[in-house]
Amino acid sequence: MSHAWTQNILFLLLLLALAPPLGAFMAKVLEGERTFLHPVLGSLERGLLRLMGVQPDQEMGWAAYGWSITLLKLLGLGAVFLLMRTQAWLPLNPEHLGNVPADLSLNTAVSFATNTNWQAYAGETALSYLTQMLGLTVQNFLSAATGLAVLAALVRGIQRRSASGLGNAWVDVVRSVVYILLPLSFVFALVLVSQGVIQTLAPYVHTASGQVLALGPAASQVAIKMLGTNGGGFFGANAAHPFENSTPLSNFLQTLAILLIPAALCLTFGRMVKDRRQGWALLAGMTLMFVGALAVCTHAEVSGNPVLTRLGASQVASREPGLEQPGGNMEGKELRFGPGPSALWATATTAASSGSTNAALDSFTPLGGLVPLWLIQLGEVVFGGVGSGLYGMLMFALVAVFIGGLMVGRTPEYLGKKVEAFEMKMASLAILLPCAAVLLGTAASVLVPSAVASMSNPGPHGFSQVLYAWSSAANNNGSAFGGLAANTRFYDLGLATAMLLGRFGVIWPVLALAGSLVRKKHTPEGPGTLPTHTPLFVGVLVGVVLLVGALTFIPALALGPVAEQLALR
Amino acid sequence: MNLQLRPALVSFLGLSVLTGLAYPLALTGLARTFFPHQAGGSLLRMDGKVIGSTLIGQAFTDPRDFWGRPSATSPGPYNAAASGASNLAPSSPALAEAVAARIAVLRAADPAAKGPVPVDLVTASGSGLDPDISPAAAIFQVPRVAKTRGLDEARVRELVARHIEGPQFGVLGEPRVNVLALNRDLDAMR
Repeated sequence: MSHAWTQNILFLLLLLALAPPLGAFMAKVLEGERTFLHPVLGSLERGLLRLMGVQPDQEMGWAAYGWSITLLKLLGLGAVFLLMRTQAWLPLNPEHLGNVPADLSLNTAVSFATNTNWQAYAGETALSYLTQMLGLTVQNFLSAATGLAVLAALVRGIQRRSASGLGNAWVDVVRSVVYILLPLSFVFALVLVSQGVIQTLAPYVHTASGQVLALGPAASQVAIKMLGTNGGGFFGANAAHPFENSTPLSNFLQTLAILLIPAALCLTFGRMVKDRRQGWALLAGMTLMFVGALAVCTHAEVSGNPVLTRLGASQVASREPGLEQPGGNMEGKELRFGPGPSALWATATTAASSGSTNAALDSFTPLGGLVPLWLIQLGEVVFGGVGSGLYGMLMFALVAVFIGGLMVGRTPEYLGKKVEAFEMKMASLAILLPCAAVLLGTAASVLVPSAVASMSNPGPHGFSQVLYAWSSAANNNGSAFGGLAANTRFYDLGLATAMLLGRFGVIWPVLALAGSLVRKKHTPEGPGTLPTHTPLFVGVLVGVVLLVGALTFIPALALGPVAEQLALR
Repeated sequence: MNLQLRPALVSFLGLSVLTGLAYPLALTGLARTFFPHQAGGSLLRMDGKVIGSTLIGQAFTDPRDFWGRPSATSPGPYNAAASGASNLAPSSPALAEAVAARIAVLRAADPAAKGPVPVDLVTASGSGLDPDISPAAAIFQVPRVAKTRGLDEARVRELVARHIEGPQFGVLGEPRVNVLALNRDLDAMR
């Protein structure tokens, strides 16, 4: 078995082993039960809620819930924008970096508030330590916490009968941060520091030979950036930077951190709806799609670039003692990771809404780059973002039971709730809005000369760069074919709009749907009910996801990566 | 809706202080206590002066030194204050030209070198700061380094072998050679 696959299998085993205990723990937190962390952190939660004037049992309807989340995001957006515009006059700026221009500040503020973490700047040359900590690190926590909160609201909508409340947004956000995200990040960050990830407030170091080493409080941000499927790098090179991802172990753990919470949330869902098989069915569907994508990407990157072989470079992996080499497509990749773990990261980061990268996706082989691009376009429901992945997948589950219902001619239902016209409208909106933003944005970009000028590679690959940018923004991923010169007014503002649409255009329909479901009575299972925990349903679900993704995007993909792959020899 | 303004403001401020100040500052303190070397950037010092970081590659161009991987940082290679990749597409003519030129330079520096060039030696890394090359890429350069320094090839080969770091725990990542460490030990050789 190849070296790459040994690591891939180890990764999958560890992920599936860690998901059940974490899933159970998160279910307890979201349902307000006591956990082993309550004796330590309980007073922090109670203190925060008391300051806010929130009673833990105060229920919210879907509109109040949505408004609370939106308000919190807008505050975050404003705070990041202000910090970036004033950082030159604020403390913790040892390199005296100037204020960030308005377009770029707005793009970045939107990007971090929407869990996209698209980066049109490089951290080490643009942002002060204070902006990184108080601006971006905070948004990393809050965007993940709001994802968890919206998911919790949707699950309550499914689980509760003839009710109206979906829980309390503030309680969900505070508990998510205090019991889940903060403790996990703290421990993880310390492990990363032990591997060499930096954590310091000292100014940049100037070496005797004149090299300037950019430093900063990186580990604290990297930990939540990975766990919260945020993905915004502390440095321009993101997780390819040795100070952000120093060893093969730090790389392996960071890759695991991308999918850890999203995978575990499937099982949290199973517990919350009191039918664990439902959670396992969703997890099985996601894992199936993930393994398929991983196989294609790994194969493409390990095989390398035929052009370089012709020029006289050896791309054949070797483990002959003393003469080892990774081989494969090494342009844009770090030697300590090699092509296998770089492909694993690329697959995980786009299956989820992370968007972090440990290699330059722009330099991936066309087929290897198609995998992350298409995973994003599927709506990041293969594990997906913290919270957002599962609520996205649940939209597809509703479509799947709807299609199943059409086949047998009965009113479809999901977990005892009838799925009717309103639910289907909301699910379709949540699925189709990002798709529309991707295709319309790409179409607009190839018509605007200044947007075409931003392409850095010729031919079909230039088109792929633009398609990738819009896919990434509208689905809140944040990774990029980095050669695209995206810090222009057209892209800063256009992509910011797509990011907002991709976040709020999904959150609001999801919450409206939850608000409708929560009112419904429970329909007992009948002989015509499509069970949603069987291999048959997993097959239908995977089929629906792939079908929507294929029908929507294959024409565009054919013009980009497919055309490039066919021309490459 | 007014009802939500107070919890929104207070939760935003409270959680900002918690996750944006208390958390990173506490972690900085703990990191400095338990892992001061790593937290500060794994710096290498000689005679009290910082000469680099073991994690960050440097631009070696002298034929007497082992060369690291090409770096696409700007304005110059291995700029550790502006990390970045080339972002050249696999189909890009610019990539083919750059790789062909690098291979030509390696061949010119050592016309006797045999066999194809290990790919990591002619492709730019993701960060532009890659501190490592593959063992094969180091061995490829041994004849040149030994000749220009007037050293016995076998001894240089032995030095390279001593610098090979295997995959972590035998499974993770790739076998690698840290170029800065290798060149420092090379300088110490007589």
